[in-house]
Amino acid sequence: MSQVRVLVGTRKGAFILTSDGKREQWDVSGPHFAGWEIYHLKGSPVDPNRLYASQSSGWFGQLIQRSDDGGKTWHQPGTPPGEPSAPGPPTAASNKFVYDASAETGKPLTTHQWYDGTQRPWEFKRVWHLEPSLTDPDAVYAGVEDAALFRSTDGGENWKELPGLRGHGTGPEWQPGAGGMCLHTIILDPSNPQRIYIAISAAGAFRTDDGGKSWKPINRGLRSQYIPDPNAEVGHCVHHVAMNPSRPGVLFMQKHWDVMRSDDAGDSWKEVSGNLPTDFGFAIDVHAHEPETIYVVPIKSDSEHFVPDGKLRVFRSRTGGNEWEALTKGLPQKDCYVNVFRDAMAVDSLDQCGVYFGTSGGQVYVSADAGDNWAPIVRDLPPVLSVEVQTLP
Amino acid sequence: MLPHHLRNLAQLRGEVELEVEGPVTQRSVLDALEARYPMLRGTIRDQVTRQRRPFLRFFACEEDLSHEPPDAPLPDAVASGAEPFIVIGAIAGG
Repeated sequence: MSQVRVLVGTRKGAFILTSDGKREQWDVSGPHFAGWEIYHLKGSPVDPNRLYASQSSGWFGQLIQRSDDGGKTWHQPGTPPGEPSAPGPPTAASNKFVYDASAETGKPLTTHQWYDGTQRPWEFKRVWHLEPSLTDPDAVYAGVEDAALFRSTDGGENWKELPGLRGHGTGPEWQPGAGGMCLHTIILDPSNPQRIYIAISAAGAFRTDDGGKSWKPINRGLRSQYIPDPNAEVGHCVHHVAMNPSRPGVLFMQKHWDVMRSDDAGDSWKEVSGNLPTDFGFAIDVHAHEPETIYVVPIKSDSEHFVPDGKLRVFRSRTGGNEWEALTKGLPQKDCYVNVFRDAMAVDSLDQCGVYFGTSGGQVYVSADAGDNWAPIVRDLPPVLSVEVQTLP
Repeated sequence: MLPHHLRNLAQLRGEVELEVEGPVTQRSVLDALEARYPMLRGTIRDQVTRQRRPFLRFFACEEDLSHEPPDAPLPDAVASGAEPFIVIGAIAGG
């Protein structure tokens, strides 16, 4: 019988939630890396027992952890588990994220815009998102703050920037969102290994069609009142982008404000916020089997950043946007003031698609029937930063 | 002496004793520490600039040595092993 494994990153550690295909009874493992911020963890689609985790701390910086047994044990790639390495050059460079400014392969390390409009140099802070390759368990992409894209081809031990993104020319116009200038979304096109989409707050969405060598902004149709030119090529605070793998040219975006849709691989976007109570939000995802069914969690903004009216509601559109229905069964409908962060929603690929999301209040909810009914898996974790789900045989 | 989280990372209990070749300085102590426990690279000093991470402080012999030059000799009591060189998380965040 199929199983699901839910990977939860929180402000104070990682948790792994497992269940059978019914998704009613759950085992909870964790906290892993207790006390550390786990921005994201994700499994390889090729080898589901290969997991990557981004572990960070304001005190101690960035670490990468890897599990080869589905999360039972972890190690920093390059350091044998439990073994101090011999004296000599360190082997564990798995947290060495160095922007490539070399003359041969890199781009000059320019500046980007700071909150006050002045220019600041690029400075590595943390890994927001890890995206394992669709074909090679040792290959994985990392989206980092300050915004750049890195790739490892040796299981996370060594990282190399794909400098064409940061260096393509608009970098000085990129600026941080409230959470920092982060590259938070990486989408690999299953039908075209040369095509990758990424998104940055606050620069916008970008696409490469040559495996990461060159990039172009894909923000036509986005409109943002908070930048001097609302229709600018870059500068938009894209919160998240989602795609159904069966239809890789169709993208859905939750922007700071506005839910957007593109039918031409990001070349143009149109707004599909429709009847949402607020079009601000962070998370967005697409049903595993119905590519016109999408989910968002509207959030009250600009400063509150919790759900409107004290009601936790997921909104579902079965028409690819514009027409939305509130999903409330099993979710708190009074006195609820949580947020749902951008990477904290996921879908499984069981026949009856499961939908999952985590909240800033530490709850992780599941719907085993595509959103009709919800139940908490856990209620009292630290604030949830990310949720991913693996569907296992 | 290392903070709890770094001891966990390196799977250590208690204090770390290090043999340091040449002058005993912040740099030589941290180089020796990272050589023996490579999983700590980048957690105390930046991987590229080798600067102390801003939320960490270095104490020894009841003195704050955080702003001393990295190649300045550490106190004799630290060099002889009588007193610990302490890496500590700055109090922040409540």
